[in-house]
Order: sequence, then structure tokens, then C-alpha cells
Amino acid sequence: MSAIAFNGYGVWAIYRFEMARALRTIWQSLVTPVITTSLYFIVFGAAIGSRMTHVNGVSYGAFIVPGLIMLSLFTQSIFNGSFGIYLPRFVGTIYELLSAPISSLEAVLAYVGAAATKSIVLGLVILATASLFVPLHILHPFWMLSFLVLISVTFSLFGFILGIWAQGFEQLQIIPMLIITPLTFLGGSFYSIEMLPPMWRTIAYFNPVVYLISGFRWSFYGNSDVRIEISIAATLAFFFVCLAVVGWIFKTGYRLKS
Amino acid sequence: MDSADLVDKRPVAAGDRSNPDRLADAPAIVSIRNLTKTYASGHQALKSINLDIRKGEIFALLGPNGAGKTTLINIVCGIVTPSTGTIVADGHDNRRDYRAARSKIGLVPQELTTDRFESVWTTVTFSRGLYGHAPNTAYVESVLGDLSLLDKRKAQIQSLSGGMKRRVMIAKALSHEPTILFLDEPTAGVDVELRRDMWALVRRLRDNGVTIILTTHYIDEAEEMADRIGVINKGELILVEDKATLMKKLGSKRLTVVLQEPVTSIPAGLEEWPLKIKQNGYELEYSFDINAEHTGVPTLLRKLTDLGIGFRDINTAQSSLEDIFVSLVSTRGDHS
Repeated sequence: MSAIAFNGYGVWAIYRFEMARALRTIWQSLVTPVITTSLYFIVFGAAIGSRMTHVNGVSYGAFIVPGLIMLSLFTQSIFNGSFGIYLPRFVGTIYELLSAPISSLEAVLAYVGAAATKSIVLGLVILATASLFVPLHILHPFWMLSFLVLISVTFSLFGFILGIWAQGFEQLQIIPMLIITPLTFLGGSFYSIEMLPPMWRTIAYFNPVVYLISGFRWSFYGNSDVRIEISIAATLAFFFVCLAVVGWIFKTGYRLKS
Repeated sequence: MDSADLVDKRPVAAGDRSNPDRLADAPAIVSIRNLTKTYASGHQALKSINLDIRKGEIFALLGPNGAGKTTLINIVCGIVTPSTGTIVADGHDNRRDYRAARSKIGLVPQELTTDRFESVWTTVTFSRGLYGHAPNTAYVESVLGDLSLLDKRKAQIQSLSGGMKRRVMIAKALSHEPTILFLDEPTAGVDVELRRDMWALVRRLRDNGVTIILTTHYIDEAEEMADRIGVINKGELILVEDKATLMKKLGSKRLTVVLQEPVTSIPAGLEEWPLKIKQNGYELEYSFDINAEHTGVPTLLRKLTDLGIGFRDINTAQSSLEDIFVSLVSTRGDHS
């Protein structure tokens, strides 16, 4: 057999394998986040939201939709991205990936592609769920989808890095729990940065998640805490940083090869 | 592809399989040159390994635990990066031309690492895809059939016995039609009957044209199966030899004479033979070189008769590969 330039069957094999696992654990993959999001709607949207005024001209229930989607997108992308590569490392089946005629880029494409696909589907399902609770309108559908895809891919890449770095299940969970979730909650998922006192507002601008949520919310309602160009630049920057780290991992074999 | 085409049949199959010379002129299918590996911890796992594996042979890599067997296999398969050296597998450099080289190689690692929740079929077809091959139901079925796994193809791997899991791993390794198969300790922790099955399977694979490199620390396994044997110890390949030559070259035989009456010391007149007293004086043991011009056996037996020392039985035994191996490893070990 002559040398193959691109191992498409290999990429497809991993992608399909990962997707099949998600389908097998559909309850864990999809139903749980949907239930969690619905609970947020009941608590924040119906119970508390009914006593809140509009935020930037949008009802509170509708205002939190982009933030809620982002919250699930971040955590699920990281979870999917990290679990996909951590599990073979943990079980030992990684030997097969390392000895297969598949390039690093192809492996990343497959694992991260599968993780991101799951997140995108999840984001759309949450969006559909939200539409049952609040009237939704999306001003910039193209940008909404672009953010959805880019952020899913970026956080899946981030998860992939985590899955390679982690040396135990605790480490796998510690970053999402201790860093990502707090940053998301403090990053304007449930409020506008404008609602904060000036000092906290300044501090909030150091939180990268603010830019992501703000950009995503802009695609829905046309108003944002930060300029949309900055949001796009921040999202792309995070994407390229993750990409560079993954490139470095495969070049050096970090935690994969001795 | 029909099931008869499990793997490409090559002319190696012709001739007498028990004759090691049939492979003497076979070209090298794996060439390892100046291979060294020093781990980050400073541990030197391999010290300048040079080895050619001949096409169509079963090569047994023998060595104690920690000798470097798995490191060597993992480097050839691309799992571990070597410190220096080159490897060519079926004409392809395993780093520069890694896709082509790796697609020729199948690996069955020592540990039973499987996706326990997957079915046999899913995991084997996954491996085939991962190695860049288009789906081929007939071929995968033939591999599973050959490994007696066809009726288990829908079973979850976790429901299978240890022996079956091992076979699933072999099926995964064969799923992409490799010409070279590495078996790392294929019978570790496997019961006697399964070992026999495994040996038969390995021979069948070899008969189908697959070159097989297996590591083992069971001497009898190498003795039973291998065409050639390499002994590795402390990262050094201390010997590579045809099994039969090795046995002939280093083999000695033991003659045991079972006496009618026990003796307490070597009887007078038998001093010229280096005899040992065994079994509380009921046996005399004499070691001799089978290749020597005069083995000393006939004269010893005559002398016993002349001296009136009655014996009930005599038997001879060839020293096993184990004896050779132990003497090699311990001798080299003393020098290092």
C-alpha cells in the first residue's frame, strides 16, 4: 500500500466511535444538561425573573438564554473533549492510537470534532428547550451559529489538553469546577456587566469568559457589554492558543509518549 | 474478499517448516539499527540494538523482566520514541514514512487493554478504520472466524473470558491486514490449554505469511515455536541464533544411570568421568557434549559393567533452552 496523505478512515473511525458512545450514554450526554438548564429557567427565569425588570430592553428570562447555553457549552465541551482522550489513556487503549498510521492533526480533528459536535447539538437542544419557556428572537443567526461552533471547538480543544494533562479523574474535574464554572458565573451569564458596581465591572473585564458570553448574547439581542469585534478577537485568540498547545503536545509527545 | 484470503499467502509456506534453513536467505522485513533508548529518568533501557527480522519467521525475543523487550517492541510500533537509531519495517522508515511503516505492523500488547463496553465487532472494525482501511465485513468476519470469535461478535468485551479478550486483541491487531505482527507476552497469565491454542494460532498466522515477533519469558514457549531466538538482557541483545543451531551449539546432554545398589561416593575406577551422585546414591549423572567426538558414554557403561556395578536403567536428556538461557543471562550479568 502506498503512503496515504490523509487517513480519512482513521478520522472517521474515531469520530464515529466517540459519537456512538454519546448515543449509548444519551441520558448523561444530553438529557442531564437539558434538565439542568430547565431548572435554571424555572429558578432564574420564572421564580426570580418575574420580579426583575428588563435588562437592556430584554426580558430577564430571555436575557439569560445565551448565558445558560454558554454555561453548558463550556462544561460539556471540556467534559467531552477531555473524556474522549483521557479514557483511552486511563484504560490503556491509547497504545492503538499511538501505533496507528494517523497524524496528530487527524487525531485531534476526530476527537475534538466529535466533542464539538456533541456540544453544538447540545447547544441547539438547549436553545429549543429555552424557546418553550421564553419568546426568543435571534438578530444575527450567522454570528450566533459561528460563536456556537467556534466556542464548542475551542473548549473541546481545551478539554482535550486537559484530558492529556490530567493524571487522575480528580484532575480532570478540578479545572472545570474551580476555574471555568466560577468564571462563567462571574462572567455575566445571568446579568449584564453594566449592572455591577464600577470596581467589580473593571475586574470583570479581566475575565475572558465575559467576552465570549457578551459576543454570544450580542448575536441574539444586538446589545453587548463589550464591543463585538473584541469578543470575536478574544474567542479566536483562545482558539489559537488551544490549538498551539495541542500542536506542542503532539510534537513533544507530552504525557503520551515516553 | 473471501475468507480464504485472510492474509496474503506467500511462497514462504513452501518447504519443510521444521527446517530453519528455509528462512536463512529470507530478506529482512524489519531492520533495527543502532537503536538506543534512555528514559528521562536516566534509565538506559536499550543499548545499541542491531537486529534483522526475516520475512516469514517466528522470532522469539527472550529475556527476564525489565530486560527491554517491551521497550523494543514499543519503539518499533511508534509508541515510544527512540533516543537514537533507525527502524525500517517492510521497506519503510518508521519515523520518516510512519504511515506506511505502521500500516504494515500489528501489535498485541501485553496488557489486556480493551474497551470493555464495546462489542467485539465494534472494536475490531474501529481498529481497521483507525489504520486507514475501508470497511470490509467479509475480511473482519474471516479474522473473527479464524480466532473462533465469530459467534461472539455482538458480545460486549467485558463479558468475555481472559483468553477470548486476548483473541479480541489479536483480531484488532490483524484487522488491517498487517505483514508483521508483534505479540508481547502472548501467553502471560494464560492456562496450559489456552497456551497450546495460542501456539497453534501463531503457527497458523505464520503459515498464512505473517512475520511474527513475540516476546516471552517462558523458555518453553520460545523453544516450542520460534524459528530464531534473540536473548535480551539489561538492554543488550546478547545473542541471536537459529533455535536449532542454538540448541546444538550450546546444548549438552545428561546421562543418568539408575543403580541397583546405592553408592556413597564415586566408585573407584570412574574418576575420569565427572560424575555426580543423585537420589541418595541411587543415581549417577554424567553430562556430556553431544557434539564431541568421544562422548565417553560407551566407555562409561562398559566400565560400570567391568566394575560389577549393576544398573537398572539409563536415560539421557538434552539440556533445555532454559539451561542455556540461565547460563547466558547469569554469565553476562556477572560481567556487567
